[in-house]
Amino acid sequence: MGIEVKNINKRFGKFTALDNISLKIPDGELVALLGPSGSGKTTLLRIIAGLEEFEAGYNSDILFKNQSVVGNRIAERRVGFVFQHYALFRHQTVFENIAFGLRVRRGVNRISRAEIKRRVDELIHLIQLDGMESRYPDQLSGGQRQRVALARALAIEPKFLLLDEPFGALDARVRQNLRRWLRRLHDEIKLTSVFVTHDQEEALELADRVIVMNAGHIEQEGTPVEVFHHPKSAFVMDFLGSVNLFHGRVVAGQIVFDQSTDVKQEKFFVRPHEIELVPTDPQNVGFPAKIRRIQLAGSIAKIELSDHSEKEIFVEMSHEKYLLHKFKVGDTVSVVPTNTVVFEEDYVI
Amino acid sequence: MKNISTPWTSRIVPTLLVGTTFLFVAFFLVLPLISIFAEALHKGVAAYFNSFKDQYAWSAIRLTLVTAAIAVPLNIVFGVMAAWCIAKFEFWGKSVLITLIDLPFAISPVIAGLVFVLAFGQRTALGSWLLAHDIKIIYAVPGIVLATIFVTFPFVARELIPLMQEQGTLEEEAAVTLGAGGWDVFWRVTLPNIKWGLLYGIILCNARAMGEFGAVSVVSGHIRGETNTMPLYIETLYASYSTVAAFSIATLLAALALVTLVAKSVIEWREKY
Repeated sequence: MGIEVKNINKRFGKFTALDNISLKIPDGELVALLGPSGSGKTTLLRIIAGLEEFEAGYNSDILFKNQSVVGNRIAERRVGFVFQHYALFRHQTVFENIAFGLRVRRGVNRISRAEIKRRVDELIHLIQLDGMESRYPDQLSGGQRQRVALARALAIEPKFLLLDEPFGALDARVRQNLRRWLRRLHDEIKLTSVFVTHDQEEALELADRVIVMNAGHIEQEGTPVEVFHHPKSAFVMDFLGSVNLFHGRVVAGQIVFDQSTDVKQEKFFVRPHEIELVPTDPQNVGFPAKIRRIQLAGSIAKIELSDHSEKEIFVEMSHEKYLLHKFKVGDTVSVVPTNTVVFEEDYVI
Repeated sequence: MKNISTPWTSRIVPTLLVGTTFLFVAFFLVLPLISIFAEALHKGVAAYFNSFKDQYAWSAIRLTLVTAAIAVPLNIVFGVMAAWCIAKFEFWGKSVLITLIDLPFAISPVIAGLVFVLAFGQRTALGSWLLAHDIKIIYAVPGIVLATIFVTFPFVARELIPLMQEQGTLEEEAAVTLGAGGWDVFWRVTLPNIKWGLLYGIILCNARAMGEFGAVSVVSGHIRGETNTMPLYIETLYASYSTVAAFSIATLLAALALVTLVAKSVIEWREKY
């Protein structure tokens, strides 16, 4: 096992940041810690790195490759940490930043100047910043800074790579490119990595495994496909993409959506792409709603509707399907869910 | 495009404010400065240089330099240490420490001097013990140095605390994850980030250390050739109607002030670009 966290608690005053967290991160995987802000994901990452203390409880431990690292100094843990806002040394050049971890080595680990130069040059080539080694951080773009921060962390040949919101401060386009680049890099060097994100798309696209966190505990762990298609809770379903909440009853094996919120109503969660819109509904399997807005700029057609109680409904469909029916704003159509999910517990979206 | 011109009435207030400020500065700062040099030179250049031939003048200059040479380095060390722990760590009693650092600013320098006289004077147990062992602090050089350190203590720390707080601890954290020990973190990351602020604090600290009058006056005893610093010596000369000599020595302190101002502007400019 790469990283193992056992029964970790953390409180800030009266706020519980982490509530008895345990998790395992297998060797060689790229794992996402996904959750809204305040869910404890960054705190957990910092505790793994040793930057934050945790409350020692019953049987709590942190293991790297099956060895406890609790009590080890941060430097001894040898994790590469990439900070959200890069935390590059502002008075040092790109070269000096990347060389830092090699230059502060003492005693037997000391390496020669030539060897440092060779390794740093290699890393600069890896992050595609050849020719920029003598620039200062404020002369670089956000994406370039992030790559320098990554190279600096890789320079110490870390056991693991921990990344705190690695793409959080970048604009959408740079984020896309850097995301793919990081995934390719990971496939190349196979370094066990954990990254924190609040962006579900980023987590699903990039990670081998996703750990969904909420309010200091883990909601669900699994592959992107598992957590997206088989969410264990309403929170996970809601957080991993937009979702509609319909009310109805099950009558003779069929769901009757009457959208009233009376007692004994069940809650049905439906993804926007798992809804059919039909002009007429002879079997009465859906419920009527009025089209409010149609958004066609994008790879799919997005349609917003509202039912008789002015509750909003979001539907997504392919452009082909949209053209088939020629829907217009103001049309009244029937909403027919093709797949519904029901959760036991109560969760308010 | 339409030419937008401000009506003359709205230009009155800014002009008035700026004009008043310049007048104020000229009257209270520039005029006295010029008068120092005028008074020092009003009996000719020969008389001006004659003032420095006096052996007491030289001993006063020497004592001032020695005092600053001890007080400033010590306060650099104390100031950096205090600012480092206040800005980078959370601990119990932090606000008390910040208040204590400001204490020398808050109390009159004369009181500061008196505190040392009371603490080390002959009437206290500590004072009589020191007397018995023939260690002189009050009315001697150690007292002057102590009083100067006390009065100039806040300059470096006060300059660094806001700067270090603004810079946060992220770079230090990054350095630690890369394997750096405390020493490397300080010399390679923290110090380079604060160097201009630190230099600024040192310059202000030095100017005050050389110019301090009140606290030093109380602990010195005004012994000519022994415990007279430059400001004290100037006062002694002035009180004995040696106006030219008094103003001549004063030109040195005034020149120090001017050099300090220039250095300060250069540093501020460097910090910006």
